[in-house]
Amino acid sequence: MTSTERTDVLVVGSGFGGAIAAYHLAAGGARVVVLERGPWLGTQDFEHDFKLGSSYTRAFDFVVGDGMSVLGGNCVGGGSVVYFAAMPRAPRFIFERHGTIGRRMWPASVTRDTLDPWYDRVAESIPVTTQDWNDVTYAGGLWAAACDHSGRTANPVPVAIDNTKCVNCNWMMAGCRFDAKRSLLTNYLPAALAHGAQIRPLHEVQQIARNDDGSYRVHYDLIDEEDYRIRYDGGAIDAKIVVLAAGAGATPVILQRSEATLGAMPHAVGRYFSGNGERLNTAVLNEDRVREVLGLSRGDGLAYAANQIGKGPTVANWDRLDGSLPEFTRYSLEQLYFPPGLGTILAQVADAAPGESTWFGVKKKEMLRRWQSWLIIFQMIEDANEGVFGPPPAKGNADRVSQQMLGIGRLKYDPVESTLRAWAMADAEVKEILERDGLATVTAWTNDVIGAYTVHPLASCRIGDDPATSALDDRNELRGHPGIFVTDGSAVPGALTVNPAMTIAALAERAIPGIVRAAQERGVDVTYGAPAPDGGISARRGVADLLPSLTRR
Amino acid sequence: MPPRAPADDNPRTTTLEAFADTIVPGEKRYPDDVAVAGAAEGGGAVQAGAIELLEWNATGVTEGLDDYARMLSDHARDYAAEHGLTLDESLPPFVALSFEHRTALVRRLTAPDHPEKPFWVLLTLFSNMAYDSAAHMSTAEAIAAGHPGLLAMGVARPDEDGLWRFPAHSYGRPLARLHPDTTPSGSPA
Repeated sequence: MTSTERTDVLVVGSGFGGAIAAYHLAAGGARVVVLERGPWLGTQDFEHDFKLGSSYTRAFDFVVGDGMSVLGGNCVGGGSVVYFAAMPRAPRFIFERHGTIGRRMWPASVTRDTLDPWYDRVAESIPVTTQDWNDVTYAGGLWAAACDHSGRTANPVPVAIDNTKCVNCNWMMAGCRFDAKRSLLTNYLPAALAHGAQIRPLHEVQQIARNDDGSYRVHYDLIDEEDYRIRYDGGAIDAKIVVLAAGAGATPVILQRSEATLGAMPHAVGRYFSGNGERLNTAVLNEDRVREVLGLSRGDGLAYAANQIGKGPTVANWDRLDGSLPEFTRYSLEQLYFPPGLGTILAQVADAAPGESTWFGVKKKEMLRRWQSWLIIFQMIEDANEGVFGPPPAKGNADRVSQQMLGIGRLKYDPVESTLRAWAMADAEVKEILERDGLATVTAWTNDVIGAYTVHPLASCRIGDDPATSALDDRNELRGHPGIFVTDGSAVPGALTVNPAMTIAALAERAIPGIVRAAQERGVDVTYGAPAPDGGISARRGVADLLPSLTRR
Repeated sequence: MPPRAPADDNPRTTTLEAFADTIVPGEKRYPDDVAVAGAAEGGGAVQAGAIELLEWNATGVTEGLDDYARMLSDHARDYAAEHGLTLDESLPPFVALSFEHRTALVRRLTAPDHPEKPFWVLLTLFSNMAYDSAAHMSTAEAIAAGHPGLLAMGVARPDEDGLWRFPAHSYGRPLARLHPDTTPSGSPA
């Protein structure tokens, strides 16, 4: 008889939710195993290449759903490896949102004030820093100047980037070749390894079962390192505590599939999915007007023509982040870069004649010819948590089509009137800013081809005080399943109107004391109180007063 | 890239070429090119390598290409009958359609209410990817070889080591007032 491997804490996924939990629990003395579906890539593996099979397609996942497609990370470090590292905190009013449930969506215990000390922990650990105008790229500067020209403000966004190392190559989505992006590969994950945590790539968790002694058995398959459509027999690991952090597109799918072996799931598992209200607009700039109206010049004869240059988003307009405005009318407008491959097909021409397509054909080709003069604006509105996951596929969270990256998932998203209205408001505002005085021609990306799309999936297994509309209690424990915690973006209750990584990470940090306490109660010799991964302790001091309320049972 | 000889007149290939050419149109490769309609100047998806990409099993659509070509032919025949068009029987049906009719049919197949929409959207995605990112080739090599899509888009050449760096990247001066409620962390309040 072979015995099943045992550990104290099994972490599913190695993005923000998984890496933060793995670090703190390992540093506190627990035996920690992290199972990651994707490959383990290092700096030298990160390529500047769109060829299928390069790091761009190995580390990225694109899951097409019904009405919503989801982009996410698929590698050790998860979203932090492929994201653009914008790390703003969510505005105060977000925590007071009611969404569609007629009461506050967030637990009473979470406000901007009570989350700020946890944001501080993340800021120290990553670290997250502010940017100045010398860090702002041409694209960000252009957006700032256009906002200013129309009487608006614009802010350089805080980031997890070491700008002294950044070469503005705009290949962040393929992993940073220059160690400038402070992904989890540079902080929490190496610190977790130093404390003995094990990270196992190409291990895709399928299902969780409950053992008679109250521990959990986590079943996984092994995934081929080149062709993710190929899977091999895996195994199982028993753990006293399970931390699910597979991402908002996968965590609820694992739980749905586990219902047969775990028992009934809370109603909110796989419901209330939010795409963070995201939508993209493409502006095609008139270079002469950029020079004449905004007075911009690169100094080399060009006014802009710099779509390819940069590091994702560097500047955002936050004028609509005003808590006195009604819910569903608040949003931010952020300059963004979206690489070719997936970043051009949905852009629409402004002048399609009857019988012509807006997104392919002769005029679209002409629009592509002006690609270097594109400026992409990213809207983050308040959506209404419309997403629902259908029954899970046999394996994984999608039926894989391509060897990497592309799959068909089960998410259904049918935007309601308030979401459509907010997108229309934001579309109109971007147009108003960038078409003023002939600066540009602006169109929205079409939702008719692959539905809406998000790079920031949220809320599919969310925290809350109301058991009917939240899958997790206010300390991220799965209702009715003690010892299972969810710490990824699926725990965030709804759209944030800003990039969510900072909030996902802060919520994960906040969940740790409760997970440590649960582990202690299950006989694990573990304590809470690790410093930041680099040894910094100033932010740890800031959360000390919050610990009692997070460790009550 | 040098013009390709009219070697491959396999009906499956010409049908798929005609589809890709509808997504990103190009100029005819040779005078009697029937697959590429010649609706635009310069190379389009076909010249960019759409068939090479589709024929690479990494995409996941390769095994379905027979089905794609057959169904496209069926839809083209139906479309022609519906519009009273007489198709040149020496050509595959979709190839026999004019560019305008090819466009109308692809629009119909990829419309939100079409039952086969996801199937056809995949083919459009890969047709476009051949042009906008040369997903079947190393990007640096594609640029060096004069890939028509990357060149038309003005994608900059990488440094000699195949990596991109842009030392000049910023206007380097304040260009807007900051939001008055910005916190010391640089976040909204």
